Amino acid sequence: MTAVWVTIAVLAVGTFTSKAVGTLVLGGRDLPARALDVTALLAPALLAGLVIYETFGTDDGLAVDARAAGLVAAILAILARLPMFAVMLIAAAVAASLRAFS
Amino acid sequence: MTPELRAGLKAGTSLILPTLLGGVSFGVLAQPVMGSVAPVVMSVFVFSGAAQFAALTVLATGGGALAAIAAGMLLNARWLPMGIAIGPFLKGGPVRRSLESVAIVDASFAMASRGDGTYDRDRLLGSTAPQFAAWSTGTLIGVLGGSVLGDPEALGLDAMFPAFFACLLFAELRDRVKATTAATGALIAFGLMPVTPAGIPVVAAACAALFGLRYRAVTA
Repeated sequence: MTAVWVTIAVLAVGTFTSKAVGTLVLGGRDLPARALDVTALLAPALLAGLVIYETFGTDDGLAVDARAAGLVAAILAILARLPMFAVMLIAAAVAASLRAFS
Repeated sequence: MTPELRAGLKAGTSLILPTLLGGVSFGVLAQPVMGSVAPVVMSVFVFSGAAQFAALTVLATGGGALAAIAAGMLLNARWLPMGIAIGPFLKGGPVRRSLESVAIVDASFAMASRGDGTYDRDRLLGSTAPQFAAWSTGTLIGVLGGSVLGDPEALGLDAMFPAFFACLLFAELRDRVKATTAATGALIAFGLMPVTPAGIPVVAAACAALFGLRYRAVTA
């Protein structure tokens, strides 16, 4: 049980620190234009990584499962200009039906 | 309430259901390993779903605190680039700014992005508030016996997260440089996933931003 509480305490401090260090170091200073160029591209870069990670990630690497079908459906829904919540529901419905019938 | 805060709340609200059920599954899985109090404390004070699941996986399979912390911190590494990007747009003195930085979570980071390298603090806070409530409440429900609610995977709820991130990603793809950056980020994550520990692929995908910068310099 000690291991559990040590893990929680250290992760709480560690998570806080990794989030706060950016703002503590930079303060309210305006980023130079060159740095803004990089931070503007961070969002698409990290989001693409997250889409891949959340779709194909497993405990031990990579798997193609019902989530991939959900993502394909979601992309089609996005291209059809459906609102965000509809896109998410469609993805869930496709993944759920695939799992129900396989 | 500013319009930006309202826009953030709206986006965060659309995540209440999947986040709540994510919290429930964390609570259900964590209860036998960590007891009933620790998972809820963890969700409130760590508040980082991926890191919590990673640490839980290690503890559940008999790993020690050190290995669990390392697994969690690998997934936390992505907060560094996000914190640097959002950092200058938070308000107040060092204490207040660092407290506001707790609101940095994946979905809210993307919501806060204005696309030109600047970030909106109100959208960040607005989008995180409902997610925080849903994540902690979900964990509590899970600990108290959420297994009766059924299997979140059977309902396809895990597929809602990639769909959500895809929505945000497509909203970001405004030009060739961003599309190239995103494609590079996706390739990096995909290539690293089979060979690196969890957490590394997403952080490494951030390096695609530098590649995008280079691409723009070459094609401009």
